[in-house]
Amino acid sequence: MSAIGHYLESAGIATASISLVREHTEVMQPPRALWVPFPLGRPLGVPHNAAFQRKVLKALLGLFERHSGPVLEDFKEDAPPDTAWAPTDVQGEACPVFFDSPPEQAGELLSVLRDELDQLAPWQALAAHRRGASAFGLAGQTPAALAGQLVALTDASSTSSSDWQSAKLAVDDLRTFYEEAAASQPSPLAPAALAEWFYTKTQLGRLLHTLRQLGLAHEDATARQIADRMLIPRKFHVDH
Amino acid sequence: MARLSELSEHERDHLLKMREQAPRLEPKHWVSGPALSKRRVAIVSTAGLHAGSDSAFAPGEGATGYRVIASDTNPVTLMMSHISVNFDRSGFRRDPEIVFPLSRLKELADEGVIGSVADYHYSFMGAPFPPTRFEGKAKELAALLHRDRVDAAILLPV
Repeated sequence: MSAIGHYLESAGIATASISLVREHTEVMQPPRALWVPFPLGRPLGVPHNAAFQRKVLKALLGLFERHSGPVLEDFKEDAPPDTAWAPTDVQGEACPVFFDSPPEQAGELLSVLRDELDQLAPWQALAAHRRGASAFGLAGQTPAALAGQLVALTDASSTSSSDWQSAKLAVDDLRTFYEEAAASQPSPLAPAALAEWFYTKTQLGRLLHTLRQLGLAHEDATARQIADRMLIPRKFHVDH
Repeated sequence: MARLSELSEHERDHLLKMREQAPRLEPKHWVSGPALSKRRVAIVSTAGLHAGSDSAFAPGEGATGYRVIASDTNPVTLMMSHISVNFDRSGFRRDPEIVFPLSRLKELADEGVIGSVADYHYSFMGAPFPPTRFEGKAKELAALLHRDRVDAAILLPV
């Protein structure tokens, strides 16, 4: 983001950027930056709180009133609590869906995955209704088709880099499906717990770990890169 | 939470490594402009956002491509296709304004805090490494912003 600030400014466009990682902004020195103490992924702080979002935005826009720079200012207020979050963990009944034992066969895995998707589908539909639209649909396929595509990848005798690029899109889309569904249930999980649930407690999460191991051993560099960095967050890697 | 001390060890180490490797760009440009209440503002995001009808960002795209988001787009119809899995997306799932505050910006224009909202906004997907690879596309974008009479671009990471 800081580099874009430098280049736009050098081409005559004044810029002000939000900084999520102050340490990066300090060394990159963009013309105007407002560091905010919010989680990665939430540059305006908290969902469905227009007053707070406006406060952040006005602080950012206020940097255009400065007469010299570079400016790196701190937004000192933490985001107010996200009241939709549940004060709970990802064990037992708090989970949006919970399956205990992993299946042994690929055929069975697909069947269990479909059950998981079926359980989540009404909640995801509710989320889409409330939001007015769904962010699911990147790949233009149904959740069951996407799950089938991923299971097939574990069973294929040979795969290409485009298979893995397509799988990455399928994973992103399914993550949206799961997270939209989970977020529409009563007392939804907070972001960290939601990610832990998705990557460690769901059948799909288990499948992703299997896919990652397969991809890491792939002869194609793109497939290895996707498997290594783009399927599962670093904190949930089992081999770091 | 974006304080490094509050991130996981792996995430913190990764971000510190990126800081060490980041290029040092000389802060030599500073564009002045009219009062904020006269400025025309555009959003430039790196969240991998695009209209549902637009193509998703692909892992092989090199992180310098961008998508155009017209000002009459309803933010709830935006999609996010970002290669990184290391940030929270649940906020965006519930309220896209947390990443792309187009409605907030329009409210501020209605109230006279800013002059107007640009007709077009832009989203990249993440950052290439080194970020100096942005130079060509950023200058292309600057020409488009000038044509839209934009004199203030807010840059929003994810």
